[in-house]
Amino acid sequence: MLELRSVSKHFGGIVATDGVTLDVRPGEVHALIGPNGAGKTTLIAQIAGDLSCDSGAVVFEGADVTRAAQHERVRAGLARSYQITSIFGRLPVLDNLALAVQARSGSSFSFWRPVASESALADEARAIAAEVGLAGREDAVAATLAHGEQRALEVGLALATRPRLLLLDEPTAGMGPEESQAMVALIERIRAQVAVLLVEHDMDAVFRLADRISVLVSGRVIATGVPEAIRSHAEVRRAYLGEGAGA
Amino acid sequence: MSWVLILEQLLNGLQFGLMLFLLAAGLTLVFGIMDMINLAHGSLYMLGAFLAAALVQATGSFALGVLLAVPATALAGMLIEVSVLRTLYARDHLSQVLATFALILILNEAVRIVWGTDLPLPMPAALSGPVQLLPGMVYPAYRLLIIGVGAAVAGLLYLLVARTRIGMLVRAGASNREMALAMGVDIRLLFTLLFGVGAGLCAVAGALLGPLLAVQVGMGENILILAFVVVVIGGIGSIRGALAGAVLVGLVDTIGRAFLPLLFGLFFQPRVASAAGPAIASVLAYLLMVAVLYFRPRGLFPARG
Amino acid sequence: MQRYAPLAVLVLALAFPLAVQEPYYLSFASRIFVYALAATSLNLVLGYGGMISFGHAAFVGTGAYVSSIFLAEGVASAWIGWPAAVAASALAALVIGAVSLRTRGVYFIMITLAFAQIVFFLVNSMKAYGGDEGLSLPARASTGLPVDLGSDVVFYYVALAALAGAVYGLHRLADSRFGRVIEAIRENEARAEAIGFPVYRYKLACFVVAGAVGGLAGVLLASHGKYVNPNVLHWTQSGTLMVMVILGGVGRLWGGTVGAAAFLGLEDLIANHRIDWLAAWLPDYQQHASLGVGAVLLAIVLFAPQGIAGAFARRPRA
Repeated sequence: MLELRSVSKHFGGIVATDGVTLDVRPGEVHALIGPNGAGKTTLIAQIAGDLSCDSGAVVFEGADVTRAAQHERVRAGLARSYQITSIFGRLPVLDNLALAVQARSGSSFSFWRPVASESALADEARAIAAEVGLAGREDAVAATLAHGEQRALEVGLALATRPRLLLLDEPTAGMGPEESQAMVALIERIRAQVAVLLVEHDMDAVFRLADRISVLVSGRVIATGVPEAIRSHAEVRRAYLGEGAGA
Repeated sequence: MSWVLILEQLLNGLQFGLMLFLLAAGLTLVFGIMDMINLAHGSLYMLGAFLAAALVQATGSFALGVLLAVPATALAGMLIEVSVLRTLYARDHLSQVLATFALILILNEAVRIVWGTDLPLPMPAALSGPVQLLPGMVYPAYRLLIIGVGAAVAGLLYLLVARTRIGMLVRAGASNREMALAMGVDIRLLFTLLFGVGAGLCAVAGALLGPLLAVQVGMGENILILAFVVVVIGGIGSIRGALAGAVLVGLVDTIGRAFLPLLFGLFFQPRVASAAGPAIASVLAYLLMVAVLYFRPRGLFPARG
Repeated sequence: MQRYAPLAVLVLALAFPLAVQEPYYLSFASRIFVYALAATSLNLVLGYGGMISFGHAAFVGTGAYVSSIFLAEGVASAWIGWPAAVAASALAALVIGAVSLRTRGVYFIMITLAFAQIVFFLVNSMKAYGGDEGLSLPARASTGLPVDLGSDVVFYYVALAALAGAVYGLHRLADSRFGRVIEAIRENEARAEAIGFPVYRYKLACFVVAGAVGGLAGVLLASHGKYVNPNVLHWTQSGTLMVMVILGGVGRLWGGTVGAAAFLGLEDLIANHRIDWLAAWLPDYQQHASLGVGAVLLAIVLFAPQGIAGAFARRPRA
């Protein structure tokens, strides 16, 4: 479904991603792990279109999207969430989600009709709010939400674009154990409809959810495989897991 | 079209460019380190010119008047920085634009109240004659003075920024403000001083250009835009960029105004050439900026990597 | 109560010429409407769109000049000259916006400023249409209808209609799909792109609409005074419009209108009504009104930060 062919990015003298090659199969949850600074977020940004690729190719469902603008990739079914929460803080939860729904349902070059008259947008937004566990919080202003709720909205926004592949960048960042459990349950619920490339530090979540795991160290993929294989992989243990899991 | 004419315009361009540099240098550092848009920078230039004119009248000596105007303007600049501008560093760009625009209005009127709409600043008699540069070529002595002073100040500034500790702090601040703060630089004091230096540079330019361009209220606005253009072309936060940008703009603007109408006259009818020539010449600097931004969105020598 | 305030004001405005016959006041009110229209168009791009465009005067000026040129060349009909002028402003906004919106932050401010200066200098050098002395027009455009635009009362109603139409249009736009997208872009541009909106296109559309409405304001401005001058294109005019928007409330529906009324009202007050104790201290203070304007503006920016930032934040729709 998603194919990365030798994707690279450097900033000045610093190499962030270095010839990354990996793939995500339809229906799978593919986890991407690695130490801090390994280049995981940079890679996600390159796949989603926030950042350009210096070299290499990003192929999504057979189409080369390396040069495509971010909004075009979203339209094609490739959406992301952000490690550092990036929501529409001053708008209520419902409006946040309704925007994402609006983006994929017809043109927004409409200057006259009030959005409030389109009940379909609000209905779908409500449904998504429920899906991510924000039922009852639709009218709360996004900036006033608790951290865990904001992370849920973060994922909800990406989900509302009805993607076929979801790039989740540390969805459990900053969450306590209960909230993390809720996020894992959410991902379990949605994996039937959408493939997921999951960047995570929470090893419990990773080993619970992942069909396959890729390990990124210093911008390069040092291993890809099923969880058991990764767990026992020598180089991975040395570079990452050996430092103390569940950091 | 003789070589003498071309050389003369080149020198004029260099002269204008160096004066632009004096304005741009202060502006680029304020912009680069504090991320602040200061529209009132042109008003400091105007203030410097007025102070110089008033002091020359009071002391009867051009040199003394100019030399006193510089620290006076620097002081005024520092006062403005401490009282008003300091609170703007943390604010968004729109607030900075509006507040400094307000300062322009206030300063323009204040100058008008104190001195009236304009003041005469005559060229010193000793320098109002021509100097023979080459056989068959003479050039106004006063303009040579400007070039000399401009180059000297540029050199001094380079030494200050590249070779002294303060200069290093300034450069560090320009390329990475957070790092500089983390290293314990007293950014507030550094900044006030920097602003004072910038104001002083404006005064030098204002005083020197006074005899050529006329000292009047509102003289700051016209040159301010060009100074911003220079800063953007050169790269925000970079003194080297400011110099390169200033000389480039000075040359393009001067040579364009001198030769474009002639050039147009070769290809177009006189009526078109006499209208289009000066029109395009006056906007060359802006077209240059648009072109530079297209190929180098961060300017020629951006301070940040 | 608050819902009916605009309606009440509109009724008052409609009745105004019937009650007040003095041509000076009619003309002054018309002038307020025209500047309110210009400020409202800037508010769209600045307050709603979050784009700090310092070159808005270019679009007002384009409208003013193109409509005047039509008149100067003998095309008296408003039905030809006015739409042409608005279209020209929209085109200018399209070109300038297309290039400028590729940049952001301070570069955007600078490049819009540069473009405005380019237009200013180009117009300044058009000797055929007055150059830096400006262009005087013998009469206002003709409408071919029984009502004559030359009458101050008729012009008043035309200007009022334009302003009312623009404000109502802005009201509808704010609640429309387009308005929501623009709000999202202003709130978090990166995320707007990341949920699938082609942000550049929306910003450009907003810029063009604002430019077109600004052009209409320019048409009315030139028509009002039967005179146009390159100063209407100077960057300090863009600054003045910004001051109006800030005074009135950035991002608020009535921001442009309230700001223009307040600014022009204050200006008139200072110029024409002497304050004796102030005159005793500074005899010709009325000549220096801009100092007061500057001081007020500075005070607003420094001491009412919620005023600007708060105005940027829309009231949450609960």
